[in-house]
Amino acid sequence: MINRRSVIKGSGALAVAFSPLQAFADSVTLPFGNGERPIVKVPQKRPMIGLTSRPPQLETPFSVFNEGVITPNDAFFVRYHLAGLPVDLDPDTFTVEVKGKVNKPLKLKLADLKRLPSTEIVAVNQCSGNSRGFFEPRVAGGQSGNGAMGNARWRGVPLKTVLDQAGVAAGAKQVTFNGMDGPVIDTTPDFVKALDIDHARDGEVMLAYQMNGADLPFLNGFPLRLVVPGYYGTYWVKHLNEITVIDTVFDNFWMKSAYRIPDNDCHCVEPGTAPKATIPINRFDVRSFITSVADGAKVKAGELTLKGIAFDGGSGIKEVAVSTDDGKTWTPAKLGKDLGKYSFREWQLPVKLAAGAHVLKARATTNKGETQPATASWNPAGYMRNVIEAVHVTAS
Amino acid sequence: MRRFAFAALLVAGSATLALSVNAKPVDYELPEETASFKPGPNLDVVQGNCGACHSADYIQTQPRGPKFGKAFWQAEVTKMIKVYGAPIKEEDVPKIVEYLSTAY
Repeated sequence: MINRRSVIKGSGALAVAFSPLQAFADSVTLPFGNGERPIVKVPQKRPMIGLTSRPPQLETPFSVFNEGVITPNDAFFVRYHLAGLPVDLDPDTFTVEVKGKVNKPLKLKLADLKRLPSTEIVAVNQCSGNSRGFFEPRVAGGQSGNGAMGNARWRGVPLKTVLDQAGVAAGAKQVTFNGMDGPVIDTTPDFVKALDIDHARDGEVMLAYQMNGADLPFLNGFPLRLVVPGYYGTYWVKHLNEITVIDTVFDNFWMKSAYRIPDNDCHCVEPGTAPKATIPINRFDVRSFITSVADGAKVKAGELTLKGIAFDGGSGIKEVAVSTDDGKTWTPAKLGKDLGKYSFREWQLPVKLAAGAHVLKARATTNKGETQPATASWNPAGYMRNVIEAVHVTAS
Repeated sequence: MRRFAFAALLVAGSATLALSVNAKPVDYELPEETASFKPGPNLDVVQGNCGACHSADYIQTQPRGPKFGKAFWQAEVTKMIKVYGAPIKEEDVPKIVEYLSTAY
Protein backbone atom coordinates (compact mmCIF):
# COMPACT_ATOMS: atom_id res chain seq x y z
CA MET A 1 0.00 0.00 0.00
CA ILE A 2 0.92 3.64 -0.17
CA ASN A 3 3.44 4.75 2.38
CA ARG A 4 1.76 7.30 4.59
CA ARG A 5 4.89 9.32 5.17
CA SER A 6 5.55 9.77 1.46
CA VAL A 7 1.96 10.82 0.90
CA ILE A 8 2.15 13.52 3.54
CA LYS A 9 5.51 14.66 2.24
CA GLY A 10 4.14 14.63 -1.28
CA SER A 11 1.12 16.70 -0.40
CA GLY A 12 3.19 19.23 1.52
CA ALA A 13 5.63 19.66 -1.33
CA LEU A 14 2.74 19.87 -3.78
CA ALA A 15 1.14 22.68 -1.84
CA VAL A 16 4.45 24.53 -1.99
CA ALA A 17 4.70 24.00 -5.72
CA PHE A 18 1.17 25.22 -6.39
CA SER A 19 0.90 28.07 -3.97
CA PRO A 20 4.14 29.51 -2.66
CA LEU A 21 2.36 31.76 -0.17
CA GLN A 22 0.44 28.94 1.42
CA ALA A 23 2.97 26.27 2.23
CA PHE A 24 1.35 23.01 3.37
CA ALA A 25 -2.09 24.33 2.48
CA ASP A 26 -4.85 21.84 3.09
CA SER A 27 -7.48 23.85 1.30
CA VAL A 28 -7.85 26.19 -1.67
CA THR A 29 -10.39 28.89 -2.37
CA LEU A 30 -11.78 28.88 -5.89
CA PRO A 31 -12.47 32.44 -7.12
CA PHE A 32 -16.25 32.51 -6.63
CA GLY A 33 -18.57 32.71 -3.64
CA ASN A 34 -18.39 29.78 -1.20
CA GLY A 35 -15.40 28.46 -3.15
CA GLU A 36 -13.33 27.01 -0.32
CA ARG A 37 -12.40 23.37 -1.01
CA PRO A 38 -10.26 20.86 0.86
CA ILE A 39 -7.18 19.41 -0.78
CA VAL A 40 -7.73 15.67 -0.56
CA LYS A 41 -5.55 12.64 -1.15
CA VAL A 42 -7.12 9.40 -2.34
CA PRO A 43 -5.37 6.24 -3.59
CA GLN A 44 -3.86 6.54 -7.10
CA LYS A 45 -4.28 10.32 -7.13
CA ARG A 46 -2.00 13.16 -6.14
CA PRO A 47 -3.52 15.80 -3.82
CA MET A 48 -6.61 17.08 -5.65
CA ILE A 49 -9.27 19.72 -5.08
CA GLY A 50 -12.08 17.90 -3.25
CA LEU A 51 -15.59 18.84 -4.36
CA THR A 52 -17.46 15.96 -2.72
CA SER A 53 -16.38 12.81 -0.94
CA ARG A 54 -19.35 10.41 -1.41
CA PRO A 55 -19.63 9.82 -4.30
CA PRO A 56 -16.16 11.19 -4.97
CA GLN A 57 -15.68 14.28 -7.13
CA LEU A 58 -12.17 15.64 -7.54
CA GLU A 59 -10.98 18.61 -9.52
CA THR A 60 -7.56 18.98 -11.11
CA PRO A 61 -5.49 21.83 -9.62
CA PHE A 62 -5.27 24.27 -12.53
CA SER A 63 -1.46 24.55 -12.46
CA VAL A 64 -1.34 20.94 -13.74
CA PHE A 65 -2.46 22.20 -17.16
CA ASN A 66 0.74 24.22 -17.43
CA GLU A 67 2.94 21.17 -16.80
CA GLY A 68 2.24 19.49 -20.12
CA VAL A 69 -0.36 18.92 -22.82
CA ILE A 70 -1.26 15.49 -21.38
CA THR A 71 -2.98 15.43 -17.99
CA PRO A 72 -1.32 12.77 -15.82
CA ASN A 73 -3.53 9.91 -14.63
CA ASP A 74 -2.94 10.79 -10.99
CA ALA A 75 -4.14 14.36 -11.60
CA PHE A 76 -7.12 13.59 -13.85
CA PHE A 77 -10.47 14.86 -12.56
CA VAL A 78 -13.08 12.50 -11.10
CA ARG A 79 -16.84 12.78 -11.31
CA TYR A 80 -19.45 10.26 -10.16
CA HIS A 81 -23.21 10.69 -9.82
CA LEU A 82 -24.12 7.78 -7.58
CA ALA A 83 -22.33 6.46 -4.52
CA GLY A 84 -22.52 2.74 -5.28
CA LEU A 85 -18.94 2.22 -6.47
CA PRO A 86 -17.74 -1.25 -7.61
CA VAL A 87 -14.82 -1.11 -5.20
CA ASP A 88 -14.26 -4.87 -5.17
CA LEU A 89 -14.36 -5.52 -8.91
CA ASP A 90 -12.08 -8.25 -10.21
CA PRO A 91 -10.43 -7.46 -13.58
CA ASP A 92 -9.94 -11.21 -14.24
CA THR A 93 -13.63 -12.03 -14.05
CA PHE A 94 -14.85 -8.65 -15.36
CA THR A 95 -16.99 -8.95 -18.49
CA VAL A 96 -18.68 -6.47 -20.76
CA GLU A 97 -21.90 -7.62 -22.41
CA VAL A 98 -23.04 -6.58 -25.86
CA LYS A 99 -26.74 -7.33 -26.16
CA GLY A 100 -30.16 -6.14 -27.25
CA LYS A 101 -30.88 -5.78 -30.96
CA VAL A 102 -27.85 -7.75 -32.11
CA ASN A 103 -27.58 -11.00 -34.02
CA LYS A 104 -25.06 -12.56 -31.66
CA PRO A 105 -24.92 -11.28 -28.07
CA LEU A 106 -21.37 -11.17 -26.68
CA LYS A 107 -19.77 -11.48 -23.28
CA LEU A 108 -16.22 -10.24 -23.48
CA LYS A 109 -13.56 -10.47 -20.82
CA LEU A 110 -10.87 -7.85 -20.56
CA ALA A 111 -8.39 -10.33 -22.04
CA ASP A 112 -10.74 -10.89 -25.03
CA LEU A 113 -10.86 -7.15 -25.66
CA LYS A 114 -7.08 -6.83 -25.39
CA ARG A 115 -6.66 -9.48 -28.12
CA LEU A 116 -8.62 -7.35 -30.60
CA PRO A 117 -6.80 -4.77 -32.74
CA SER A 118 -6.44 -1.62 -30.63
CA THR A 119 -6.35 2.04 -31.53
CA GLU A 120 -5.15 5.14 -29.72
CA ILE A 121 -6.53 8.65 -29.58
CA VAL A 122 -5.59 11.77 -27.65
CA ALA A 123 -8.81 13.32 -26.46
CA VAL A 124 -10.07 15.81 -23.92
CA ASN A 125 -12.64 14.69 -21.41
CA GLN A 126 -14.55 17.58 -19.88
CA CYS A 127 -17.42 17.61 -17.44
CA SER A 128 -20.57 19.32 -18.78
CA GLY A 129 -20.56 21.44 -15.64
CA ASN A 130 -16.87 22.34 -15.74
CA SER A 131 -16.60 25.97 -14.51
CA ARG A 132 -20.19 25.99 -13.18
CA GLY A 133 -19.06 27.96 -10.13
CA PHE A 134 -18.40 30.95 -12.40
CA PHE A 135 -22.00 31.12 -13.66
CA GLU A 136 -23.72 34.38 -12.85
CA PRO A 137 -26.43 34.21 -11.65
CA ARG A 138 -25.26 31.10 -9.81
CA VAL A 139 -27.01 27.79 -10.39
CA ALA A 140 -27.36 24.60 -8.32
CA GLY A 141 -25.12 21.63 -9.02
CA GLY A 142 -21.48 20.67 -8.64
CA GLN A 143 -19.65 23.96 -8.14
CA SER A 144 -16.52 23.29 -10.20
CA GLY A 145 -13.76 25.70 -11.05
CA ASN A 146 -11.97 25.14 -14.37
CA GLY A 147 -10.37 21.84 -13.40
CA ALA A 148 -13.11 19.35 -14.34
CA MET A 149 -11.30 18.60 -17.61
CA GLY A 150 -8.25 16.69 -18.77
CA ASN A 151 -6.45 15.48 -21.87
CA ALA A 152 -5.27 11.87 -22.13
CA ARG A 153 -3.97 9.33 -24.62
CA TRP A 154 -6.63 6.63 -24.60
CA ARG A 155 -6.04 3.08 -25.89
CA GLY A 156 -8.68 0.49 -26.51
CA VAL A 157 -10.92 -1.16 -29.06
CA PRO A 158 -13.21 0.82 -31.35
CA LEU A 159 -16.82 0.29 -30.25
CA LYS A 160 -17.53 -0.39 -33.93
CA THR A 161 -15.37 -3.54 -33.79
CA VAL A 162 -17.44 -5.20 -31.07
CA LEU A 163 -20.76 -3.95 -32.49
CA ASP A 164 -19.80 -5.46 -35.86
CA GLN A 165 -18.80 -8.68 -34.15
CA ALA A 166 -22.19 -8.82 -32.43
CA GLY A 167 -23.96 -7.82 -35.64
CA VAL A 168 -26.32 -4.88 -35.21
CA ALA A 169 -29.84 -5.91 -36.20
CA ALA A 170 -31.92 -3.91 -38.69
CA GLY A 171 -33.93 -1.09 -37.13
CA ALA A 172 -31.38 -0.26 -34.43
CA LYS A 173 -31.60 3.39 -33.33
CA GLN A 174 -29.36 3.84 -30.30
CA VAL A 175 -26.85 2.09 -28.08
CA THR A 176 -27.03 2.41 -24.30
CA PHE A 177 -24.08 2.22 -21.91
CA ASN A 178 -24.21 1.14 -18.29
CA GLY A 179 -21.34 0.87 -15.85
CA MET A 180 -20.89 -1.07 -12.63
CA ASP A 181 -21.34 2.04 -10.48
CA GLY A 182 -24.92 2.53 -9.41
CA PRO A 183 -27.37 4.03 -6.96
CA VAL A 184 -27.37 3.44 -3.21
CA ILE A 185 -31.12 2.83 -3.15
CA ASP A 186 -33.08 1.06 -5.87
CA THR A 187 -35.53 3.94 -6.41
CA THR A 188 -32.73 6.16 -7.79
CA PRO A 189 -32.40 5.90 -11.58
CA ASP A 190 -29.23 4.05 -12.54
CA PHE A 191 -26.72 6.07 -14.54
CA VAL A 192 -27.14 4.89 -18.14
CA LYS A 193 -26.36 6.97 -21.25
CA ALA A 194 -27.14 6.54 -24.95
CA LEU A 195 -25.58 7.43 -28.30
CA ASP A 196 -27.20 7.24 -31.73
CA ILE A 197 -26.26 4.07 -33.59
CA ASP A 198 -24.32 5.90 -36.34
CA HIS A 199 -22.29 7.77 -33.75
CA ALA A 200 -21.62 4.54 -31.84
CA ARG A 201 -20.34 2.97 -35.09
CA ASP A 202 -18.20 5.89 -36.28
CA GLY A 203 -14.95 4.07 -35.47
CA GLU A 204 -13.80 6.79 -33.06
CA VAL A 205 -15.96 5.96 -30.04
CA MET A 206 -13.77 3.62 -28.04
CA LEU A 207 -13.87 1.01 -25.30
CA ALA A 208 -10.74 2.20 -23.52
CA TYR A 209 -8.72 0.05 -21.13
CA GLN A 210 -5.63 2.25 -21.03
CA MET A 211 -4.98 5.86 -20.28
CA ASN A 212 -1.57 7.43 -20.91
CA GLY A 213 0.02 3.99 -21.25
CA ALA A 214 -1.29 2.57 -17.96
CA ASP A 215 -4.43 0.89 -16.65
CA LEU A 216 -7.22 3.38 -16.02
CA PRO A 217 -7.10 4.65 -12.44
CA PHE A 218 -9.98 3.11 -10.50
CA LEU A 219 -11.81 6.45 -10.18
CA ASN A 220 -11.49 7.09 -13.91
CA GLY A 221 -13.40 3.91 -14.76
CA PHE A 222 -11.10 0.91 -14.28
CA PRO A 223 -10.98 -1.47 -16.02
CA LEU A 224 -12.97 -0.17 -19.02
CA ARG A 225 -14.64 3.08 -19.94
CA LEU A 226 -16.32 4.56 -22.95
CA VAL A 227 -14.37 7.30 -24.72
CA VAL A 228 -16.51 9.60 -26.84
CA PRO A 229 -14.08 12.03 -28.50
CA GLY A 230 -15.30 15.62 -28.60
CA TYR A 231 -18.32 14.88 -26.40
CA TYR A 232 -18.91 15.90 -22.80
CA GLY A 233 -17.86 13.51 -20.06
CA THR A 234 -21.41 12.46 -19.22
CA TYR A 235 -21.20 9.97 -22.12
CA TRP A 236 -17.84 8.54 -21.07
CA VAL A 237 -19.42 5.79 -18.92
CA LYS A 238 -17.00 4.31 -16.38
CA HIS A 239 -16.61 0.67 -15.25
CA LEU A 240 -18.51 -0.10 -18.49
CA ASN A 241 -20.08 -3.58 -18.45
CA GLU A 242 -23.34 -3.37 -20.42
CA ILE A 243 -23.71 -2.23 -24.02
CA THR A 244 -27.26 -2.58 -25.31
CA VAL A 245 -28.46 -1.91 -28.84
CA ILE A 246 -32.05 -0.64 -28.86
CA ASP A 247 -34.58 0.23 -31.57
CA THR A 248 -36.02 3.22 -29.72
CA VAL A 249 -34.70 6.55 -28.45
CA PHE A 250 -33.58 5.98 -24.86
CA ASP A 251 -35.59 8.11 -22.44
CA ASN A 252 -34.37 7.49 -18.91
CA PHE A 253 -33.83 10.37 -16.48
CA TRP A 254 -30.18 10.84 -17.46
CA MET A 255 -31.03 11.36 -21.14
CA LYS A 256 -34.53 12.85 -21.05
CA SER A 257 -34.35 15.20 -18.04
CA ALA A 258 -30.73 15.65 -17.04
CA TYR A 259 -27.86 16.84 -19.23
CA ARG A 260 -30.13 18.86 -21.53
CA ILE A 261 -29.19 22.18 -23.14
CA PRO A 262 -31.35 24.85 -24.77
CA ASP A 263 -32.13 23.90 -28.38
CA ASN A 264 -30.69 27.02 -30.03
CA ASP A 265 -27.37 28.12 -31.55
CA CYS A 266 -25.81 29.45 -28.35
CA HIS A 267 -27.41 26.76 -26.16
CA CYS A 268 -28.26 29.62 -23.87
CA VAL A 269 -31.20 31.62 -22.50
CA GLU A 270 -31.69 34.94 -20.73
CA PRO A 271 -30.29 34.50 -17.22
CA GLY A 272 -32.94 33.27 -14.85
CA THR A 273 -35.30 32.00 -17.56
CA ALA A 274 -36.13 28.49 -18.71
CA PRO A 275 -35.57 27.24 -22.28
CA LYS A 276 -38.60 26.43 -24.46
CA ALA A 277 -37.03 23.33 -25.94
CA THR A 278 -33.97 21.30 -25.01
CA ILE A 279 -31.71 18.64 -26.56
CA PRO A 280 -29.19 16.26 -25.00
CA ILE A 281 -25.82 17.90 -24.41
CA ASN A 282 -23.33 16.78 -27.04
CA ARG A 283 -20.09 18.27 -28.40
CA PHE A 284 -17.77 20.61 -26.50
CA ASP A 285 -17.83 24.22 -27.46
CA VAL A 286 -14.48 25.92 -28.04
CA ARG A 287 -12.42 27.03 -25.04
CA SER A 288 -8.97 28.39 -24.33
CA PHE A 289 -7.02 29.12 -21.19
CA ILE A 290 -3.89 30.93 -20.16
CA THR A 291 -2.04 28.43 -17.97
CA SER A 292 1.31 30.08 -17.29
CA VAL A 293 0.02 32.86 -15.05
CA ALA A 294 -2.83 32.64 -12.58
CA ASP A 295 -5.52 35.25 -12.08
CA GLY A 296 -4.32 37.77 -9.51
CA ALA A 297 -0.63 36.97 -10.07
CA LYS A 298 2.21 39.45 -9.65
CA VAL A 299 4.73 39.27 -12.49
CA LYS A 300 7.96 41.03 -13.43
CA ALA A 301 7.50 43.96 -15.81
CA GLY A 302 9.10 43.44 -19.22
CA GLU A 303 9.16 40.38 -21.46
CA LEU A 304 7.07 37.39 -20.53
CA THR A 305 6.07 34.32 -22.51
CA LEU A 306 2.41 33.49 -22.06
CA LYS A 307 1.43 29.83 -22.47
CA GLY A 308 -1.85 28.02 -22.54
CA ILE A 309 -4.18 25.46 -24.07
CA ALA A 310 -7.19 25.44 -26.39
CA PHE A 311 -9.62 22.75 -27.53
CA ASP A 312 -13.01 22.19 -29.10
CA GLY A 313 -15.44 19.41 -29.94
CA GLY A 314 -13.49 17.99 -32.83
CA SER A 315 -12.96 20.41 -35.67
CA GLY A 316 -9.56 21.36 -34.29
CA ILE A 317 -7.99 24.67 -33.30
CA LYS A 318 -7.16 27.04 -36.15
CA GLU A 319 -5.96 30.02 -34.17
CA VAL A 320 -5.41 31.29 -30.67
CA ALA A 321 -5.15 35.06 -30.27
CA VAL A 322 -3.94 36.77 -27.13
CA SER A 323 -4.75 40.19 -25.73
CA THR A 324 -2.84 42.01 -22.99
CA ASP A 325 -5.21 45.01 -22.98
CA ASP A 326 -8.50 43.46 -21.89
CA GLY A 327 -9.55 42.48 -25.40
CA LYS A 328 -8.92 45.73 -27.28
CA THR A 329 -6.14 44.33 -29.50
CA TRP A 330 -5.26 40.73 -30.30
CA THR A 331 -2.08 38.99 -31.48
CA PRO A 332 -2.01 35.44 -32.87
CA ALA A 333 -0.08 33.00 -30.68
CA LYS A 334 2.20 30.23 -31.94
CA LEU A 335 0.41 26.89 -31.77
CA GLY A 336 2.18 23.85 -30.32
CA LYS A 337 2.37 20.31 -31.70
CA ASP A 338 -0.88 18.98 -33.16
CA LEU A 339 -1.83 15.80 -31.27
CA GLY A 340 -5.12 15.44 -33.11
CA LYS A 341 -8.34 17.34 -33.39
CA TYR A 342 -9.70 16.12 -30.04
CA SER A 343 -6.61 17.02 -27.98
CA PHE A 344 -5.62 20.10 -26.04
CA ARG A 345 -3.57 22.31 -28.37
CA GLU A 346 -0.79 24.17 -26.64
CA TRP A 347 0.03 27.75 -27.60
CA GLN A 348 2.53 30.39 -26.56
CA LEU A 349 3.26 34.03 -27.18
CA PRO A 350 6.00 36.34 -25.89
CA VAL A 351 4.48 39.61 -24.66
CA LYS A 352 5.80 42.80 -23.06
CA LEU A 353 4.10 44.09 -19.94
CA ALA A 354 4.77 47.59 -18.64
CA ALA A 355 4.60 48.15 -14.90
CA GLY A 356 1.00 48.29 -13.73
CA ALA A 357 -2.22 46.27 -13.91
CA HIS A 358 -3.11 44.24 -17.02
CA VAL A 359 -6.00 42.06 -18.12
CA LEU A 360 -4.76 39.11 -20.19
CA LYS A 361 -7.08 37.14 -22.45
CA ALA A 362 -6.87 34.21 -24.88
CA ARG A 363 -9.41 33.54 -27.61
CA ALA A 364 -9.49 30.38 -29.71
CA THR A 365 -11.03 29.94 -33.16
CA THR A 366 -11.80 26.49 -34.57
CA ASN A 367 -11.28 25.15 -38.07
CA LYS A 368 -15.04 25.50 -38.49
CA GLY A 369 -14.78 29.21 -37.66
CA GLU A 370 -16.38 29.03 -34.21
CA THR A 371 -14.94 31.28 -31.55
CA GLN A 372 -15.49 32.19 -27.91
CA PRO A 373 -17.97 34.85 -26.82
CA ALA A 374 -16.78 38.04 -25.11
CA THR A 375 -19.53 37.82 -22.50
CA ALA A 376 -20.63 34.63 -20.77
CA SER A 377 -23.84 33.01 -21.98
CA TRP A 378 -26.12 31.36 -19.45
CA ASN A 379 -28.26 28.22 -19.14
CA PRO A 380 -30.14 26.88 -16.11
CA ALA A 381 -27.95 23.81 -15.60
CA GLY A 382 -24.63 25.67 -15.78
CA TYR A 383 -23.20 23.71 -18.71
CA MET A 384 -20.77 24.58 -21.52
CA ARG A 385 -19.14 27.73 -20.19
CA ASN A 386 -16.80 29.04 -22.89
CA VAL A 387 -16.50 32.79 -22.43
CA ILE A 388 -13.11 34.40 -23.14
CA GLU A 389 -11.51 34.15 -19.70
CA ALA A 390 -9.75 37.11 -18.13
CA VAL A 391 -6.52 36.83 -16.15
CA HIS A 392 -5.69 39.89 -14.06
CA VAL A 393 -2.01 40.46 -13.37
CA THR A 394 0.09 43.21 -11.88
CA ALA A 395 3.55 43.80 -13.35
CA SER A 396 6.26 45.54 -11.34
CA MET B 1 10.01 20.99 -7.11
CA ARG B 2 12.28 18.02 -7.65
CA ARG B 3 11.36 16.58 -4.28
CA PHE B 4 7.69 16.87 -5.17
CA ALA B 5 8.15 15.11 -8.50
CA PHE B 6 9.96 12.25 -6.81
CA ALA B 7 7.36 11.83 -4.08
CA ALA B 8 4.52 11.92 -6.59
CA LEU B 9 6.20 9.31 -8.74
CA LEU B 10 6.71 7.13 -5.72
CA VAL B 11 3.03 7.34 -4.84
CA ALA B 12 1.84 6.79 -8.39
CA GLY B 13 4.28 3.93 -8.86
CA SER B 14 3.28 2.01 -5.77
CA ALA B 15 -0.42 2.42 -6.53
CA THR B 16 0.00 1.11 -10.09
CA LEU B 17 2.04 -1.79 -8.85
CA ALA B 18 -0.56 -2.73 -6.27
CA LEU B 19 -3.23 -2.83 -8.97
CA SER B 20 -1.47 -4.62 -11.77
CA VAL B 21 0.50 -7.22 -9.83
CA ASN B 22 -1.33 -8.48 -6.81
CA ALA B 23 -4.59 -6.70 -6.05
CA LYS B 24 -7.33 -8.92 -7.48
CA PRO B 25 -10.04 -7.99 -6.84
CA VAL B 26 -9.20 -4.31 -6.72
CA ASP B 27 -10.67 -3.49 -3.30
CA TYR B 28 -10.40 0.25 -3.80
CA GLU B 29 -10.71 2.17 -0.56
CA LEU B 30 -11.70 5.80 -0.28
CA PRO B 31 -10.53 7.81 2.72
CA GLU B 32 -12.99 8.77 5.43
CA GLU B 33 -15.36 11.61 4.63
CA THR B 34 -14.04 15.01 5.54
CA ALA B 35 -17.24 17.08 5.47
CA SER B 36 -19.84 16.85 8.20
CA PHE B 37 -23.31 18.39 8.48
CA LYS B 38 -23.32 21.73 10.29
CA PRO B 39 -25.16 21.92 13.60
CA GLY B 40 -28.78 23.03 13.24
CA PRO B 41 -32.41 22.12 13.88
CA ASN B 42 -33.54 18.58 12.93
CA LEU B 43 -29.95 17.50 12.29
CA ASP B 44 -30.79 13.84 12.98
CA VAL B 45 -33.50 13.85 10.29
CA VAL B 46 -31.08 15.37 7.80
CA GLN B 47 -28.27 12.95 8.58
CA GLY B 48 -30.62 9.98 8.23
CA ASN B 49 -32.23 11.12 4.98
CA CYS B 50 -29.67 13.16 3.02
CA GLY B 51 -26.62 11.37 4.37
CA ALA B 52 -27.88 7.98 3.22
CA CYS B 53 -26.97 8.70 -0.40
CA HIS B 54 -24.40 11.49 -0.37
CA SER B 55 -21.88 13.31 1.79
CA ALA B 56 -22.55 16.65 3.46
CA ASP B 57 -20.28 18.55 1.05
CA TYR B 58 -22.99 18.22 -1.63
CA ILE B 59 -24.93 20.72 0.48
CA GLN B 60 -21.97 22.66 1.86
CA THR B 61 -20.65 23.67 -1.59
CA GLN B 62 -23.90 25.06 -3.05
CA PRO B 63 -24.05 28.80 -3.77
CA ARG B 64 -25.04 31.12 -0.92
CA GLY B 65 -26.99 34.34 -0.76
CA PRO B 66 -30.56 35.61 -0.77
CA LYS B 67 -31.52 33.58 -3.85
CA PHE B 68 -30.44 30.39 -2.13
CA GLY B 69 -32.83 30.42 0.78
CA LYS B 70 -35.89 28.39 1.67
CA ALA B 71 -37.36 28.17 -1.87
CA PHE B 72 -34.04 26.93 -3.27
CA TRP B 73 -33.70 24.22 -0.63
CA GLN B 74 -37.36 23.25 -0.97
CA ALA B 75 -36.74 22.71 -4.69
CA GLU B 76 -33.63 20.66 -3.98
CA VAL B 77 -35.44 18.39 -1.52
CA THR B 78 -38.31 17.98 -3.99
CA LYS B 79 -35.77 17.03 -6.68
CA MET B 80 -34.22 14.43 -4.39
CA ILE B 81 -37.64 12.85 -3.84
CA LYS B 82 -39.15 13.11 -7.33
CA VAL B 83 -36.06 12.64 -9.47
CA TYR B 84 -33.68 10.59 -7.36
CA GLY B 85 -36.35 8.59 -5.56
CA ALA B 86 -35.30 9.51 -2.03
CA PRO B 87 -37.72 7.78 0.40
CA ILE B 88 -38.24 10.88 2.57
CA LYS B 89 -41.39 10.91 4.72
CA GLU B 90 -43.74 13.78 3.97
CA GLU B 91 -43.57 15.10 7.54
CA ASP B 92 -39.77 15.22 7.33
CA VAL B 93 -39.67 17.51 4.30
CA PRO B 94 -40.36 20.80 6.15
CA LYS B 95 -37.89 19.75 8.87
CA ILE B 96 -35.15 19.18 6.29
CA VAL B 97 -35.92 22.44 4.47
CA GLU B 98 -35.83 24.33 7.78
CA TYR B 99 -32.45 22.85 8.61
CA LEU B 100 -30.96 23.53 5.18
CA SER B 101 -32.16 27.13 4.98
CA THR B 102 -31.03 27.83 8.55
CA ALA B 103 -27.65 26.09 8.57
CA TYR B 104 -26.49 26.89 4.99
